[in-house]
Amino acid sequence: MTEPLLSVRDLRVQFPTRRGVLTAVDGVSFDIHPGEILGVVGESGAGKSQTGAAIIGLLEPPGRIAGGRIILEGQRIDGLTQEQLRKVRGRKIGAVFQDPLTSLNPLYTVGRQLTETIRTHLDMSERAARARALELLQEVGIPGAADRLDAYPHQFSGGMRQRVVIALALCANPRLIIADEPTTALDVSIQAQITSLLKRLCREHDTAVMLITHDMGVIAETADRVAVLYGGRLAEVGPVDDVVNRPLHPYTEGLMACIPTTHDRPPRLAQIEGSMPSLTAMPDGCAFHPRCPHAHDRCVAERPPLFDHAPSSAACWLWSSEGTRTLERTRA
Amino acid sequence: MRGLSGAMPPPIGSAHRPRRWDLPAGTAMIAFIVRRLIQSVLVMLTVALVGFALFNYVGDPVNNLVGQDTSMEDRAQLREDLGLNDPFPVQFARFVVNAAQADFGISYRHGRPVEDLLIERAPATLELSLAAGLFALLVGVPMGIYTALNRRGWLSKAFLTISLIGVSLPTFLIGILLILIFAVWLGWLPSFGRGTTVQIGWWSTGFLTWDGLKALILPSITLGLFQMTLIMRLVRAEMLEVLRTDYIKFARARGLSARAVNFGHALKNTLVPVITITGLQLGSVIAFAIITETVFQWPGMGLLFIQAIEFVDIPVMAAYLVLVAFLFVLINLIVDILYVVVDPRLRVGGGGGAGGGH
Repeated sequence: MTEPLLSVRDLRVQFPTRRGVLTAVDGVSFDIHPGEILGVVGESGAGKSQTGAAIIGLLEPPGRIAGGRIILEGQRIDGLTQEQLRKVRGRKIGAVFQDPLTSLNPLYTVGRQLTETIRTHLDMSERAARARALELLQEVGIPGAADRLDAYPHQFSGGMRQRVVIALALCANPRLIIADEPTTALDVSIQAQITSLLKRLCREHDTAVMLITHDMGVIAETADRVAVLYGGRLAEVGPVDDVVNRPLHPYTEGLMACIPTTHDRPPRLAQIEGSMPSLTAMPDGCAFHPRCPHAHDRCVAERPPLFDHAPSSAACWLWSSEGTRTLERTRA
Repeated sequence: MRGLSGAMPPPIGSAHRPRRWDLPAGTAMIAFIVRRLIQSVLVMLTVALVGFALFNYVGDPVNNLVGQDTSMEDRAQLREDLGLNDPFPVQFARFVVNAAQADFGISYRHGRPVEDLLIERAPATLELSLAAGLFALLVGVPMGIYTALNRRGWLSKAFLTISLIGVSLPTFLIGILLILIFAVWLGWLPSFGRGTTVQIGWWSTGFLTWDGLKALILPSITLGLFQMTLIMRLVRAEMLEVLRTDYIKFARARGLSARAVNFGHALKNTLVPVITITGLQLGSVIAFAIITETVFQWPGMGLLFIQAIEFVDIPVMAAYLVLVAFLFVLINLIVDILYVVVDPRLRVGGGGGAGGGH
């Protein structure tokens, strides 16, 4: 397999607070390969956004990377100074945030925000940058892009603004885009447009995407591989088809069971009993064991490592070499 | 802050009307200015009414003009000649028409036209207010930015502590303390007056002589200190607010330099409220110059007003009242226009604008 573009190993993100240190991301590891779309799913507070923020070095203080490594194109980028990181952000890793209504500076024209970003990273004249800005707007599908270059953000609709945000993320042709809930704030009809746009652009530019969302539908449609986070830990990672149709981890299993289907309608939507533990009250052992139908003594006592079970891997004792699930799976 | 209501965009609906792009920005702008002008005229008329009432209800103008041994017939004749028997609206209209032409009558005490007195004194007050305003802005804004960007630095904490003193000490006390330190103990700066002034036409300026500039330092610090601390705290609060917004986070995520993010993106967004408050404060700097002018015996309009009160010199009081109100209204109008210049969302009559982040 090719060298991964981004490699996250054992990432820990902590927030020192008055009540002690909260570990928002706890030992998460995954790879993103060039041109690949990795979906990152999980409930609110599962550590998805913090993982993304840690990669681009934009954790809100007092949050900090407490351990692990982040390697981009063979180079460690955790622990870089802000100035060094600044050259990575935008240039190598682009970002798209959740709310397009608040992502753009209301006081500058879209064109100015684009050219400013382009000229920060690429050695270009104002004219060349403007030409590139126009190209980008056309590429993301802004109708009448030439006229809209000098329009202000408030003159665009939400969906159009998210297109502008994507254009801004693509300014310097980054190798990776971290998209944090890019469609959550949009109308359902616009959501599909934005995801397919993101998908198309990344294919064309060979840009990888880390797509953070809690929407399994978006993941299933867009992603190549999926990482499922639970309580700041990686529960399962694998190709999208395997994770959706043949989940390994009981949490993923539960998550998939919760997706309603149109053909057979249960009287009630399925749900996983209980709720995700808060960061201040993380149970010992596996974070999911209080809610897990398969939990046994070992789950309570010991935290499971990630067991490789190609093509996916899961952090669950059921999939250890002496676990019970291995056989079931081979039979299935 | 009632005066602001005209500048606020109409309630923002989430629905966006793209037709707004075609609207020429100028039309909405002119309509806006005309609306504000009409409001300004109403405010001025109200103030004029108060000023006018002073004449009729604070003492008797005829009594103030004539000696004790004037006969009742002469008094009645004078009353008739001055038009004091005319119906109220006629008298008021006459007052307004005269006031609009800067004619406020003759000072009881000085025996000279009030407008001449004011014109003579205006440069002193305006120069003092300008110096105080510049001091407040040029020191307050950078300090506000600094304390917002280096929130935990010891210098920021020192600035904030000092600003607390500036906010809580009364103006006259600060003036007296400054005089004590810099004029009495150190002997560096004069304790009163304008120093040497140079006459340029009818305008007397202290800006052109070393002496005049030295005399300006203590009074303008005294007058501007409160505004400076206010501006500093306002800039700091606004800046902290803006730095938390998504568009600043997104600007950082695009790898823009700290300079571009802090000064290009964040500072400009803090300017809208800062301009508003600063503008309003500039009006009050002129109005509150009274106290500073008294402490420093500064020969400005404020001192003239205080002396007018002591002698119940009603024409001067009324004229000062109207003039200060006029300056307030004028400054407010300029502020509202600046508002529109800074914030593009207000330019098209408030279309969209949901992206304010405020």
